[in-house]
Amino acid sequence: MIWDNQFALDILPRLLKAFLQYTLVITVLATLLAAALGLVMAVIRYSKVPVLSQITSGFLQFIRATPIPVQLFFVYYVLPDMGVLVGAVTTGVLVLGVHYASYFAEVYRGGIESIPKGQWEASTALSLPMKTVWQRVVLPQAFRKILPSLGNYVISMFKEVPFLLFISVPELVAQAKDIGGSSYRYIEPFTICGLIYLLASYPASVAMRKLETRLETT
Amino acid sequence: MKPPEGDTVNGASTDRPFIHFDKVVKRYGDLTVLDHLDIDIAAGEKVTLIGPSGSGKTTILRLLMTLETLTEGYIWVDGKPLWHKHKGTQLVPADEKYLREMRKQIGMVFQHFNLFPNMTVLQNVIEAPIRSLGQSRDQAVAQAKELLKHVGLSAKEDAHPTQLSGGQQQRVAIARALAMSPRVLLLDEVTSALDPELVAGVLAVLRELAETTDITMLCVTHEMGFARDVSDRVMMFDKGQIVEVGPPRQIFENPEHDRTKTFLSAVLAH
Amino acid sequence: MKGFDLGPWLGLLGHGLWVTVYATILGTVLAVIVAFALGLLSLQQHAVPRTIARIIVEFFRGTSLVVQLFWIVYAMPLLLGYKLDNQVGAILALGLNFGAYGAEVVRGAIKAVPKPQREACTALNLTAVHRFRRVILPQALPLMIPPAGNLVVQLIKSTPLMFLVGVVDLFTVGDEIRRGQPGSVALVYLGLLAVFFLLSMAVVAITQLLENWAKRRLGQKPVRISTATVAGAAPVGEVI
Repeated sequence: MIWDNQFALDILPRLLKAFLQYTLVITVLATLLAAALGLVMAVIRYSKVPVLSQITSGFLQFIRATPIPVQLFFVYYVLPDMGVLVGAVTTGVLVLGVHYASYFAEVYRGGIESIPKGQWEASTALSLPMKTVWQRVVLPQAFRKILPSLGNYVISMFKEVPFLLFISVPELVAQAKDIGGSSYRYIEPFTICGLIYLLASYPASVAMRKLETRLETT
Repeated sequence: MKPPEGDTVNGASTDRPFIHFDKVVKRYGDLTVLDHLDIDIAAGEKVTLIGPSGSGKTTILRLLMTLETLTEGYIWVDGKPLWHKHKGTQLVPADEKYLREMRKQIGMVFQHFNLFPNMTVLQNVIEAPIRSLGQSRDQAVAQAKELLKHVGLSAKEDAHPTQLSGGQQQRVAIARALAMSPRVLLLDEVTSALDPELVAGVLAVLRELAETTDITMLCVTHEMGFARDVSDRVMMFDKGQIVEVGPPRQIFENPEHDRTKTFLSAVLAH
Repeated sequence: MKGFDLGPWLGLLGHGLWVTVYATILGTVLAVIVAFALGLLSLQQHAVPRTIARIIVEFFRGTSLVVQLFWIVYAMPLLLGYKLDNQVGAILALGLNFGAYGAEVVRGAIKAVPKPQREACTALNLTAVHRFRRVILPQALPLMIPPAGNLVVQLIKSTPLMFLVGVVDLFTVGDEIRRGQPGSVALVYLGLLAVFFLLSMAVVAITQLLENWAKRRLGQKPVRISTATVAGAAPVGEVI
C-alpha cells in the first residue's frame, strides 16, 4: 500500500524528537550567532575602519555567494586538520550562523541607512555622544523596520537546516532518510517531514507578513 | 408628395441629448461623491466642468470612460445605456463585451498623459487603432502621421515618451485618443501637471479641435481662459451636485450662485 | 603545500562542473516557466485559480528544498510506479521550488506597473490580453530581473544538494578528490568556494546586463524603419 497509517504513527515520535532536539535547537543557536555576529560586522562596515571594513565587506560578499554545503565541508574537514575538534552539530551551528550573519549584516545595514538623515543631524545639533545616538536613536528605529526581514531570514535558515545532512547531523530529514533506507517506505517519512515544516514555517511566514504591513502603516 | 429634404425619420434624435446622466449615484464606501446627478449634453457640445477638488467632476468623466463603476442610476450615450443593456424590457448590468462596444465612442486624455513608455510616439498612437478598431498597420500609421502633424509633433514620431517634454507628451496623448475617432473626448485636467510655459501649446491644440470639429468635448479644467473661449456651456460643481450651469458669459461674468462667485473669485485672483 | 597533482582529476572536475552548470540552466528555465504560470494564475480575477496558485506557492515555499528533493526522488516513484533519473528529479525539485519563489517576483512586478497605464488601455479600448502583452508585461519585465537574478544565485548555491541523491556534480567530485587525496581538503574546498563564487558573480553580471538592456528598451528603443510605402498612402510628415 502507498500510505500506512500505522507506520506513519510509529515513526512520528522519532521524527518529532529529531525536529525538536536538533532542527529547532540548531535554528535557535544559529540565529543567535547570526544576529550577534551580523551586528558586529555591520557596525564594522558602517564605521568604515580602513582595512578591517573592506575585509569584512569582502568576506560577507564571499560567504553570501557560496553554497552552505561547501562551507560545511570546509569547516568540518579542515578544522580537524588544524587540530580543532568540533562535532557535527557545532559545525552546523557555526556555519549556518556565519552564513546568515552575512545576510543579517545586510539587513542591519539597510535598516541603518533607511534612517532619515535628519535624525543624525538632529543628534548632532543636540550634541549627543555617538554611543547614545546609536543606542537610543538609530538602533531602536532601525530595529523595528528590519524585524520582518530578519524574521524571513530566520525562516529561511530553518528550511536550510536539513543541509546539515551533509555532515550527518541526525536532524529531522536525516532521520527520515534513514527510516526510508531501512524500511523502503519513503512516502510516510518524507511527507511527515513536509507537513512538520509546513506547519512550522507557514504560520511564521504569515506572521512576518502581517508584521510587515503593520509596521508600514505606523 | 415627396417629404421635404432633410426631413429625417429620426427627427427626435436632434432633440435627444447625446449624453444623459439619469439620477447617477457614485459612492466610495461611506463617501457619496455624486448624489442623484442629472446631466444632459448635446452632440457636438463643448462643456467645461469647474469646481473645487472633490466636487465630483473627475468622477463624472471616469464613469463615462468606465474607469469607475456606477453605484446607482443610469448613463445614456447616444440613446443607449452605457452601464446596462436591454434584456427584453428590462435593463440589466452590462457585460464586458457590451462595454467594449460602447467604449469605442469615448476617448479620454489624462492629467498625467499615461503614454506607454515601452513604445515610441508613433507606436503609442497606432496601437489601439490596430488592436481595437482592427485597422491595418498601414492605415493606422497613415492616420497617426496625420494626427501627429496636426498636433505639431511629426518630427518626434520615433522618439520615446521619456525624451519629450510634458506638453509634447500630452499632445501625443491627445493624438492617441483622437486616433480612435471617438465621438466624445473627455479631458481630465490635461494641463494641470504641466509647467506653465508648456500649457499654451496644449491648449492651442485643444482650441483648434473645439473650433474645427463637432466632437463632443467634456473638459475638467482650471484654465478659465480656455473654458471661456471654447465652451458652449460651463457647469459649476460642488459636493457632487451642479451648482450652476450656463454659457461662459453668464458663468464668468454674471454668476448667479454664491458658491460660483466665491469659487471664481478665488481661482481668478491669481 | 603538500604535493597534490590535480591532473588526473581534471576530467572528472570538468564533468562535475558541466553537470552543475547544466542543472543550473535547466533548473532556471523550469523555474521561469513555473514562476510565470503560478504568478499569472495568482493574478486572476477568479478565486479558484488564484487559490490553487497560492496553495502551490505556499507549499513549495513552506517546505524545505531538501524535503522536496527527497520526496521527488525517493517517495514519488513509489506513487507513480517508475523511477525518474536522479538528476532529472533534482532539476525538477530545483525548478519547482525556485519557481514558487519566482511566482512572487512575477506577481509583484506586474502589480507594480502603475495603475494609470491600465486606465489608458481602458480609454483606448484595448482587450485585457492586448493590454497584458503590449503594455503591462514589457513594463513589468525590467522589474523582475534583479530579484530573479538573486533567485538564480540561490539556485546555484543549492545545486550541491544533488550530491545527496548521488548525482555527480561539481560538489560530488570535490568530495571524491577529498577522499582520494588525503591532505587536499583545504585546497579542494577553497577551490570549490572560488568556483561557486565565480559562478555567482557571473550570474550577477548577466543580471545587470539584462537589467540595463530592459531599462534601455523602456527609455529608448532603436529607431525602426517604417515600411508603410503603399502607393497613395500617408502624406509625408513635415519637419516642424
